[in-house]
Amino acid sequence: MNFDKELDARNLSCPLPILKTKKALNDLTSGQVLKIVATDPGSVKDMQAFANQTGHALLSHSEENKTYVFLMRKK
Amino acid sequence: MEKQLERSAAVNPDLDRAIAARIDALLDERLEAKLAEIRAAKTPAMTIIATKGTLDWAYPPFILASTGAALGWDVSIFFTFYGLELLKKDLRTLKVSPLGNPAMPMKMPMGPEWFRAIRWNVPNAIQSLIPAYEAFATKMMQKTIRNKGVAPISELRALCLEAGVNLVGCQMTVDLFGYQPSDFIDEVKEYVGAATFLPMARDADVSLFI
Repeated sequence: MNFDKELDARNLSCPLPILKTKKALNDLTSGQVLKIVATDPGSVKDMQAFANQTGHALLSHSEENKTYVFLMRKK
Repeated sequence: MEKQLERSAAVNPDLDRAIAARIDALLDERLEAKLAEIRAAKTPAMTIIATKGTLDWAYPPFILASTGAALGWDVSIFFTFYGLELLKKDLRTLKVSPLGNPAMPMKMPMGPEWFRAIRWNVPNAIQSLIPAYEAFATKMMQKTIRNKGVAPISELRALCLEAGVNLVGCQMTVDLFGYQPSDFIDEVKEYVGAATFLPMARDADVSLFI
């Protein structure tokens, strides 16, 4: 799937992946998609909660070799 | 007209009961949706009291505040007693002490895996005799923080400020400990008391004492 911007949040611990995601979304316009790559296992639940709270859409998340990839569409 | 209605209601208890029942039913039906609407329209707010000034306890207030701000909440932190240390310009002076802190896992952040896994249970009496034990423990903690990709406190605080978290100091403790306003970062705009904090906490959805 296409995305407009990629955020490398690997090797960062809570709450940095969420804070960096929020900042990266600020640079996008409504409807654009952010790809986030993280290694913090807690980010799986946290990204869902972040999306629920803020109204951005978590389009997908996948895991490969302990790396988590998220696609989030800006509200 | 009003008089007439009053009289007809008074002489017609059945109608009274029917109206009351209908109002109850409508309330049940609409109240939930209305309340949900009001909740959704309100920006959530969080107030935190930060009372601890050690490196370990510096984390919870700044982690929660920065995350709350990222969720779009209005966040204020009220720094009181030793918590004021977290407002100082230079945060590299924050320390952590294993002395009298039996829950703190003392592990080495370097060396082979088996060495890192050892938990060093040094009795308090011995800790207190070793010169610079606290400085050593602080260095080890800072190294562990870096190794694990945990943000330094200075970065978390900067992120809080960038996200608009409101940092306020306790005037009484500033006076008590003889701090000068110049000890603290310029972003601290207000030094207030309990009477200012409590109304903020009353209106907040989440209020924490750390």
